[in-house]
Amino acid sequence: MGLKQNLHNLKEKYKGTKMAPAFNAIHTFLYLPNETTHNGTHIKAADDLKRTMNIVIMSLVPCLVFGMFNAGYQHYLATGEIERVTSGFFSGGFWTVDNFMVGFWKIIPLVIVSYGVGLAVEFIFAVIKGHEVEEGYLVTGMLVPLIVPVDIPLWMLAVAVIFGVVIGKEVFGGTGMNILNPALTIRAFLFFAYPTWMSGDKVWVHGAVERNNEIIAGSNLDAISGETILGSYAQNNEVMYSLSDMFLGFIPGSIGETSKLLIILGALFLIFTKIGSWRIIVSTLIGALAMGLIFNGVVDAGWITEGSKFYGLMSVEFWQHLFIGSILFGAVFMATDPVTAAQTNKGKWIYGFLIGFISIAIRVFNPAYPEGVFLAILLMNVFAPTIDHYVVQGNVKRRMKRLKAKTA
Amino acid sequence: MAEVAEQEKVVKTPSEPLFSKKNRKLITDPLTDNNPITIQVLGICSALAITAELKASIVMTIAVIFVLGIGNVVISLMRNIIPSKIRIIVQLIVVATLVIIVDLVLKTFAYELSKTLSVFIGLIITNCIIMGRFEAFALANGPWKSFLDGIGNAAGYGAILIIVGFFRELLGTGTLLGIPVLGDPVDKTGLYAFGYENNGFMLYPPMALVVVGLIIWVQRSKNPALVEEE
Repeated sequence: MGLKQNLHNLKEKYKGTKMAPAFNAIHTFLYLPNETTHNGTHIKAADDLKRTMNIVIMSLVPCLVFGMFNAGYQHYLATGEIERVTSGFFSGGFWTVDNFMVGFWKIIPLVIVSYGVGLAVEFIFAVIKGHEVEEGYLVTGMLVPLIVPVDIPLWMLAVAVIFGVVIGKEVFGGTGMNILNPALTIRAFLFFAYPTWMSGDKVWVHGAVERNNEIIAGSNLDAISGETILGSYAQNNEVMYSLSDMFLGFIPGSIGETSKLLIILGALFLIFTKIGSWRIIVSTLIGALAMGLIFNGVVDAGWITEGSKFYGLMSVEFWQHLFIGSILFGAVFMATDPVTAAQTNKGKWIYGFLIGFISIAIRVFNPAYPEGVFLAILLMNVFAPTIDHYVVQGNVKRRMKRLKAKTA
Repeated sequence: MAEVAEQEKVVKTPSEPLFSKKNRKLITDPLTDNNPITIQVLGICSALAITAELKASIVMTIAVIFVLGIGNVVISLMRNIIPSKIRIIVQLIVVATLVIIVDLVLKTFAYELSKTLSVFIGLIITNCIIMGRFEAFALANGPWKSFLDGIGNAAGYGAILIIVGFFRELLGTGTLLGIPVLGDPVDKTGLYAFGYENNGFMLYPPMALVVVGLIIWVQRSKNPALVEEE
């Protein structure tokens, strides 16, 4: 008797009891159910919710693995044990076992806590409400470790996940009913609750905070800085990373957001499988470019001079905005969340454009929140139903007019 | 006419005890099943703004109990002589007078606290609960009942303020009434020795909204009769 049969028997045993949804979920997550419909009228489709979620997770795995290497690389770079790599994506100095192991042991606990706590909340709610366990957390659980700094304490992550899943999703009725993207709700919670762990120039590199404490205490004299590119720009500092570093991802930042190359590969995969909406991705990038162009124009017109605190970020070439910060990650993996995004095609264009537009505006105007992408997406999540409403109403009006013209 | 009828009723039954069951309900109802904040969703603005500290919540509660208790009695005593066309103005004058008294007392005896509460003492004037009780109750009931109703509603409002203030101060700054209860965050004693940190989000007003929402959630799931029909 295999595991599948065991699970099936367990499921049958608990059928009709309070715990039934929990066993049901474990069984159907691992295997095809024993009883499936064989005849009659029904639609055959391979892409159920679990399959959809799995495709998104597959597109995220490269970012996760790269994040592990990068966490180690940034750590050793900061401690001065290795040199900066210069020879492209496949540089030997980057893809080392040492680098990977540092990141692995920092990031795997984050993944485990994220899934463990999040799924526990989902199971508890399923049992209380007496419905099946929803798959919604599968993607959220993978996104969460990718959008936090590598040194975030695990208990903070656990608290934030509970908050995000309960307040961001369950109170609205669970998967498919939520207004806000749960992963971003979790990040927003962390950002406002524990700002010392979520922003600044020390949190992005593993070990930088402790080293900084040692420096303050006087036991270590080699200062290290893990300042992000946005942080440098916001303070009008020299940026010490080349464009190719930014594109390939050899920079400090949240775990999964640094490698633009891998995010683009993930995006192509999502678009190819028709899981992610290309309209939202493209319009978000257009919105970001438009805002960047406006700022460039303002600088060119001489309205903002070098003395201004906005000069650094405003004078960034408009297309470079896509390479710094997490605008690309947000556009591909966050804005396209089918539950919280706009549903109509026209609405998706407006929704995405405004996300990009507002992201860059927050980035430039508010140095306290150098990464405005998650705030912009949460804001537009709230407006998405309104956008859809007006798009649908506009459609109705246009058709009514046409009908009138025809009948008149 | 209703006012006259009500008055007649009171005159006819002078033997009703001061704390009859009906009168007690005037106080207990707003504390639970007819709470101004969680059920009627009134007075939310001040509940969000001043509950970052427990002390401010308590002072606000006392202030509102004073203003609403006395205000309800005054309006109730005048209810038969206020021309209904200008009753809002009269109500405003009464509540403004009382609020100014509170404000001056606070400024005299607790200046620091009055700075924390800033405009929100003044804004008691516009607190929906107060005008709501004047309009809905004091204009139609006798002074004693109005007094109980005022105290009850203000206490119901204050109860939520204090619960929210308790959690926000405890989790946001690790203190209660300004006294550290979770240890010292700088010297890393108590809970902080284990890596615990204060939750800065608790100090922002949106978190008060979440806490109020959680209270509403708990209250309604305990008493399903409170859930509105869809």
